[in-house]
Amino acid sequence: MAVVMEAALIDRALMRISHEILERNRGLEELALVGIRTRGVPIAQRIAGNLFEIVRHRVPSGTLDITLYRDDLMRHPVGPQPVLRRTEIPFSIDERRILLVDDVLFTGRTIRAALDALVDFGRPLAIQLVVLVDRGHRELPIKADYVGKNLPTSIRESVQVRLAETDGFDEVSIREPASEDRS
Amino acid sequence: MTLPPAADRAATGVPAQPVQRLRSRHLLGVADLTPAEVLLILDTAEAMREVGTRTIKKVPALRGKTVVNLFFEPSTRTRTSFEIAEKRLSADTLSVAASSSSVAKGETLVDTARNIEAMAPDMIVLRHQSSGACQMLAGVCSSRIINAGDGMHEHPTQALLDVLTIREHKPALASLKVAIVGDLLHSRVLRSNVALLGMLGADVWVCGPTTMIPPGVSRFGVTATSSVDAAVEGADVVMLLRIQLERMRGHFFPSRREYFRLFGMSAERLARAKPDVIIMHPGPLNRGVEIASDVADGPYSVILEQVSNGVAVRMAVLYLLAGLEEGGA
Repeated sequence: MAVVMEAALIDRALMRISHEILERNRGLEELALVGIRTRGVPIAQRIAGNLFEIVRHRVPSGTLDITLYRDDLMRHPVGPQPVLRRTEIPFSIDERRILLVDDVLFTGRTIRAALDALVDFGRPLAIQLVVLVDRGHRELPIKADYVGKNLPTSIRESVQVRLAETDGFDEVSIREPASEDRS
Repeated sequence: MTLPPAADRAATGVPAQPVQRLRSRHLLGVADLTPAEVLLILDTAEAMREVGTRTIKKVPALRGKTVVNLFFEPSTRTRTSFEIAEKRLSADTLSVAASSSSVAKGETLVDTARNIEAMAPDMIVLRHQSSGACQMLAGVCSSRIINAGDGMHEHPTQALLDVLTIREHKPALASLKVAIVGDLLHSRVLRSNVALLGMLGADVWVCGPTTMIPPGVSRFGVTATSSVDAAVEGADVVMLLRIQLERMRGHFFPSRREYFRLFGMSAERLARAKPDVIIMHPGPLNRGVEIASDVADGPYSVILEQVSNGVAVRMAVLYLLAGLEEGGA
């Protein structure tokens, strides 16, 4: 197992992304963050905190569980289906620029599901994708707008993001061989 | 996958190790569930509730699945609730009512089920007047069977929605006094609730006319009494059961008015319960028989919340059973 990002590096990457978001988006009122469960949620909250620090404006932040939109729900040969958690988007996404946030971008299937879920909530002006790590191996035509770190991996490796809010500490590590963890 | 804080779980009094799936591919009764499975269903139902608050109340989870609602007894609430749950999950559904089907021409349950099964549905939701009908069907069918009420045996989704409703108002289930008052003898809702509430550690009191207390009911760890005042005294939850005139063979009490005088839930009687008591009823209501109108519509009543929660619980059960791989136990 190799550690590829530690707490300080994760902080710096998220701060850079926050600045990039401000650079690319005029009209702070239009912005909203939506974190994908599980670890997209604390990342979205940290970005919201950074944005407040920089421009003193609170960008609303919601939580999306994509379980009911997965394309592999009935396909698990073994192993449990994911436990469903609550989706909480306490604002209208209509006419907003949505920053969709996840920890790792891999096959792109999670993002596909998240896009399907989001459009059920309304019609945003635009959706932009924020990820902490892009590890490659896309199976769908999906690309991130903001990337914390590009991480070339082999398909057999697994990338594990740990965050203080969910795991007690911040760290991105890479491990071989892969378990069936294809998020 | 992270789990909710341990404190949330400890509050229910169930030290269960969380599970991520159900063991059985059918839901025949709550007696077959473990406490951890019950929590999985309740937690999933809580997440499902949000779908019902959206503008577009539909998710694609059961797309391409066919669910047949086979109802051999009249039902408005349960059938509507299952149908809405199925549609919110994008399943293809159809409902067969016995009165308008070949059953009226003399076909047996097994033959009806085998014929429906030849058309390859994924799940059958069955309501039947005979206790054990679901168990029998599960033995001859390869579809997943969900019990929507079988005779005087079980009505698992009702008990689950009741517990979901109680948990919303009073998270510490293990320390609650729950009084169930009414027609104990004919009630499948009672049987499912006694099993479920007992499993979760609640102090369950059952109360009804002596003629309607099932013999041996105390074996299930409940206190049986025909004193409604004793049952309601200090109760956190008062659950009323409908007097089921259609199932009665013989006379169990002199008149409805007499029943109301002795057992009906009135505001005065309710004053003995805890100040934050909640009033529940599985429906349909017999106003002025088991419950006074001002109690049914009063501030303590959560009767309509129960109905809303019914959809969420049924979505959870459908989703969890559909997610199990083929060929499971």
